[in-house]
Amino acid sequence: MNLPTPSGMDRRHFMRHLATAAATVPTLEFISHVKANAAEVRKKQKACILMWLGGGAPTIDIWDLKPGSKNGGEFNPISTKGDLQISEHMPKTAMQMDNLSVVRSMSTREADHTRGRYYMHTAYVPNPTVVHPVFGSVVSYELGSARSELEIPSFISIGGAAGSPGFLGMAHAPFTVDSNGRIRNANMDSMDQQRLKNRLAMLDVVENNFINSNRGDSPLAHRQVYEKAVNLMTSSQMDAFKVEQESSETQASYGTSQFGRGLLMARRLVEVGVPFIEVNMGGWDLHNNVFQTLRDQRLPQLDQGISALAADLKQRGMADDVVLVCMGEFGRTPRINQNVGRDHFAAAWSVMVGGGGLNGGVAVGETDADGVRVVGKSYQPGDIWATVAHALGIPLDTVHTSKRGRPMRIANGGQPIQDLIG
Amino acid sequence: MQTRFGILQTAVVLSVAAIGICHASFGFAQSESASVSESPISESLTDAEVIAEINRLIEQSWTDNEVEPSAMADDFEWARRAYLDTVGHIPPGDEIEQFVASEGRAKRAQLIEKLLDDPAYVRFWTTNWTNLAIGLGNPDGVSRLGMRRFFREVFGKNRPWDEAVYELISGSGHYELNGEVNFLLAQDIREDEGVRATANATRLFLGIQVQCTQCHNHPFNDWKQDQFWQFNSFFRQTRSEEFERYDETSGQMVTDYVELKDATDDPRAAGPVFFEKRSGLMQVAFPTYFGVEVDPSEGTNRRSELARLMISEQADPLVAKAFVNRTWGHFFGYGFTRPVDDMGPHNPPSHPVLLDYLTEQFVEADYDVKRLIRWITNSRAYHLTSQFNENNTYDNPAAGETPLFSHMYVKRMGAEQLYDSLIIATEAHKSGRTSWDAAEQQRQRWLQQFVVAFGNDEGTEATTFDGTIPQALMLMNGELIREAVSAEPGSFLHTVMTDSKNHPEAIGRIYLASLGRPASGSERNTAMKLIRGSETPLAGYQDLFWALLNSNEFIFIR
Repeated sequence: MNLPTPSGMDRRHFMRHLATAAATVPTLEFISHVKANAAEVRKKQKACILMWLGGGAPTIDIWDLKPGSKNGGEFNPISTKGDLQISEHMPKTAMQMDNLSVVRSMSTREADHTRGRYYMHTAYVPNPTVVHPVFGSVVSYELGSARSELEIPSFISIGGAAGSPGFLGMAHAPFTVDSNGRIRNANMDSMDQQRLKNRLAMLDVVENNFINSNRGDSPLAHRQVYEKAVNLMTSSQMDAFKVEQESSETQASYGTSQFGRGLLMARRLVEVGVPFIEVNMGGWDLHNNVFQTLRDQRLPQLDQGISALAADLKQRGMADDVVLVCMGEFGRTPRINQNVGRDHFAAAWSVMVGGGGLNGGVAVGETDADGVRVVGKSYQPGDIWATVAHALGIPLDTVHTSKRGRPMRIANGGQPIQDLIG
Repeated sequence: MQTRFGILQTAVVLSVAAIGICHASFGFAQSESASVSESPISESLTDAEVIAEINRLIEQSWTDNEVEPSAMADDFEWARRAYLDTVGHIPPGDEIEQFVASEGRAKRAQLIEKLLDDPAYVRFWTTNWTNLAIGLGNPDGVSRLGMRRFFREVFGKNRPWDEAVYELISGSGHYELNGEVNFLLAQDIREDEGVRATANATRLFLGIQVQCTQCHNHPFNDWKQDQFWQFNSFFRQTRSEEFERYDETSGQMVTDYVELKDATDDPRAAGPVFFEKRSGLMQVAFPTYFGVEVDPSEGTNRRSELARLMISEQADPLVAKAFVNRTWGHFFGYGFTRPVDDMGPHNPPSHPVLLDYLTEQFVEADYDVKRLIRWITNSRAYHLTSQFNENNTYDNPAAGETPLFSHMYVKRMGAEQLYDSLIIATEAHKSGRTSWDAAEQQRQRWLQQFVVAFGNDEGTEATTFDGTIPQALMLMNGELIREAVSAEPGSFLHTVMTDSKNHPEAIGRIYLASLGRPASGSERNTAMKLIRGSETPLAGYQDLFWALLNSNEFIFIR
């Protein structure tokens, strides 16, 4: 019973065959649930795109300028289509600020890269007794698990590593790709389908035996990852990674930077139903020469990417379905150091949040005239993620249970920011 | 093979006779020559006495926590674990067969001795510590070769660990001739005033994390900001210098070599370090090691002073403790603290008395790494099966519980263990078709797929094999697996299929080579069905082998 290779064959047809063919060995449970006819693309499904500025961006030079202060640096603020001003080096984004807001009163307590990355991604500070899931894994768990038509991973991280799924298990780990979207070893062209079926059936037997031998959760998590890998190998949704399928105008609007390409890929992934995408942009650890680096390199890319994504989502009628968050592990010192740089600073800084039906054009909270401390109420990462959860329709009383049975409130019990959801 | 094993048996019989007694307490292997163990190997206790005390302390914690230890692992399960943990790869099929068939009460202790003498032991521990010291990538101005050479000598000659640490902290000179300098070269000593060197030296060799105190007093532990800078001031004289040469082929200047040195005569490097409080106030810090001040003037080599203080006799020998904790964690999957390199009053160890006891014995044994490994691997807990029983299911550190070591915790192989195990399982090492250099390059290229760098500028790298989808894809479809199941003449599959008398024998050998155990009856039947249903028997065997190599049971050290 040797069948033609799948190269000339529709992948979906292949999957159907794989799922229903008479088996010489016990049926492979874990692909049989895949539906033969995927639902139409669901544009109205909610999603979040996190733009991660690795290293910690100087938000005082981007979102919360301090003209007239000794800490103000070299840049001037400009007006936007919203009720707030931002950096003059973000002119295209300024035109999209009617849909985007800035939380200027972030005050966190981790100024170390590793700890800050953990805290901002999970809303929890590192703790040796448990690994908390990053919020992308939470969304994958809450929304991705329910999207049966989604055949590719429900948490995709473009251009970098996002962190750990913690106690939610490896099945909700970020699937990391580069901005070219080439997925190594996912190529089905040389694979004979009957052979694959035999292999997976045999694998199923071995894996079940080991899981049933009572060795804890890890063997099961390993098997779930294999299920996802098989789904992915055979899915037409893999085309979402191919940004080159977009028109040259669209590609040009996002720019040629890895960040721009990553954002375009993120939009395509949202369209096939992926609920959480993280796009990484590194190089923000600007201890030296901050202004020149921002002016010549970082801000032009950031400006083009964010503005193209916001405009594109709006044009496609998706603006209210996709929440955008742009942040890093912390902000940077208002004081400019002797190397014309800014150092790590978590006491008072900004995060951009927008889309997803949240209020746009709003500046939430403020810092004092020198940008040194928050005036009035301050916000923590839990509040940002609670706002995102609210926009995505994830109930705020959701509780996850760590493996030892400890209840963990979603977003560490943070509350949605009223100025954004009112 | 038989001969080699025979010689080893003779060679180790004296040293293991002492160990044999440890098993008496759990009825596994009572030594016939228990009297031998009474004669001390050195001033310190015999190995058997140390192991007995480990067992007593662990058993005490079972009683206190009302758990029942799991049964002993059978020879197949235990040997696969011992190979993976000690020499970094699965046992070759013929070796495990021999081990299981062999008689003698001390055979497990003998296997440990054999593994400790295997060249793969040196390579495995060299790789582990090279990765810890300089990361998985290949930083500029750092010689991976030099670093490996240093650790190869440390583990190959079983040099005392305190000596190794002394050299890693105080060494200077050429990065290939004096390989120990690569640890500090990899910390970007030029760029950031020794901040990374401070953070990583304390974390790796003292098991304490001070990096968060760089900018503020730590909220959870005892470290204060000035202590970070006190440690840091030891590294302030350290310099690296790159020497270039003209490369004729490219017509450009390229790195010839790098040297690590100290500017002990530089007045700018003398005196205190200045740092900024969060409040903006400037503070000073002098070179001080846990309250012991070092002369900060010109002419003092501060790193040598630091290295001396780190390994000097002291009430709480952190260098020994950090190594014990990490090594225990290596064999059991969990150390006494989590993470292993974050010890301190804020993070109490699971078995404080045992940790202190092992630390004390390790110091007493002159920081003998192989003896420490012998104690751990001969202890009762290391011989338990990884299967939970009804009365120890809550001993589950994966769920965040404090480990009680009442059964073995399954561990995921590291990337290197996985690669080397695949090579062993497929017997690619025996085909001899490539040179050592070519094989090593191939290995490095493959391993590069597991290096994940985070997007900040501290060069943080995540290690290795965590079971993500890309890694699953690599195992399912990657080149290595395709080659492994190719059944070319000379390959393992080819040999099995041509040599075996019948299907059950061939299936049994494939199971043994990959999972280190025989196939069960139902597994054999399923495999038979698969092979009969395949277009050719070869295809069936290839598919079986593929499934076993991709299975969770292969990936996990059980």
